[in-house]
Amino acid sequence: MDLLNQVKFLIRKEIMLEWRSKYALNGILLYVVSTVFVCYLAFREITSPPTWNALFWIIMLFASVNAITKSFIQESRGRQLYYYTITSAQAIIISKIIYNIFLMLLLSAIALGFYTLVFKNLLGDPLFYFFAVLLGSISFASVFTMISGIASKANNAGGLMAILSFPVIIPLLVVLIKLSKNAMDGLDRSVSYDEIGVLIAINIIVITTSLLLFPYLWKD
Amino acid sequence: MNKNWWKILATVLVLYSIIAGFLFHVPAKPILNETIRNIHFHVPMWFAMIVMLTVSFIYSIRYLNSANENDDLMAVESANVGIIFGILGLVTGAVWAKYTWGEAWSNDPKQNSAAIALLVYLAYLVLRNSLEEEQKRGKISAVYNIFAFPIMVVLLFILPRMTDSLHPGNGGNPGFNTQDMAPELRPVFYPAVLGWILVSTWITTIRYRIRKVENRENLIN
Repeated sequence: MDLLNQVKFLIRKEIMLEWRSKYALNGILLYVVSTVFVCYLAFREITSPPTWNALFWIIMLFASVNAITKSFIQESRGRQLYYYTITSAQAIIISKIIYNIFLMLLLSAIALGFYTLVFKNLLGDPLFYFFAVLLGSISFASVFTMISGIASKANNAGGLMAILSFPVIIPLLVVLIKLSKNAMDGLDRSVSYDEIGVLIAINIIVITTSLLLFPYLWKD
Repeated sequence: MNKNWWKILATVLVLYSIIAGFLFHVPAKPILNETIRNIHFHVPMWFAMIVMLTVSFIYSIRYLNSANENDDLMAVESANVGIIFGILGLVTGAVWAKYTWGEAWSNDPKQNSAAIALLVYLAYLVLRNSLEEEQKRGKISAVYNIFAFPIMVVLLFILPRMTDSLHPGNGGNPGFNTQDMAPELRPVFYPAVLGWILVSTWITTIRYRIRKVENRENLIN
């Protein structure tokens, strides 16, 4: 079986597993919605755009850490050994990243929808803001997938996940917040090309290093 | 003696940079004034940190290929020394900033980036502590080290350049960078950088040898 086919099968397997239980998906959606609601009850209304933006990204950060932490933990060691015998490590990590990107896109779309519904919408350029959010969810997925693979090998994976991933995600988050702030203020789109370029570059670096490193992690 | 020439060089260079850094004539710039001397102490810390973290990165790659325990020791010890120099860099910078910017911590992008880079390597040490088995620990922490390094490079070298910084040489501050550093400073600055890099290498090799001896003792007992 070549790599492409393996990846396709593995993604289908992930989606099917998810669809059968629906536990993780529903859990994470409920997590986002209730976090937004808690924030709403705490803040009541947000009038300043920077706070609006920052709060949204903080919610997204915690939701995505929670969503992606499980991606390696939920499967038993026996089943992982089985995958190890029939597929290549690259196929596993690619399929996990792609699946997590799908998950994050869904999650962020729902989060943004509910967030703008509850808090007064302050967006100057909603379409571009949505684009920034999509780019953000792709970045989160690519970084967190590899980190969750690392954390899953250690005891206390849940706690370690936050410690390992936060310092790594901060540079991305800084750029994302700037990009989305530009979109929020309705600045001309050409102002943000630098940020988009940096984000895409970091994503490429992260995905390549993941591809190179995951086989070492997986062999264990 | 032949092997130790660079240690003597390191001592001489650092002593020279301390004496010359405090006594030599410096250009009087607005705002900076005499605090400009801090360049001989603050900036070499960052050079030493970056060199040590790069060494750590290289030894992590070597460990993944060789599975030789000594490479792992070298990776962790150079990361340790890199962290120490990073903390020294933050402290010397904060003391200086208190006098020139008015606040020890002024939300400067370079300051923030340096703090985050330290967090990455502290996380690396925490990850190591959470793993018991030696080979697994070496392998997994090496993977994290290699994964985090490119992001740290982006953090330290690209992001601060995208925004204005309060640092001299950025955003219209009176100051100096590689192009327009005052010529009087160079004869002290470059030896200081080299001296501190050599000192950090020296500390790392000593720590590495101590760890190796400890390992051997553990093996015997």
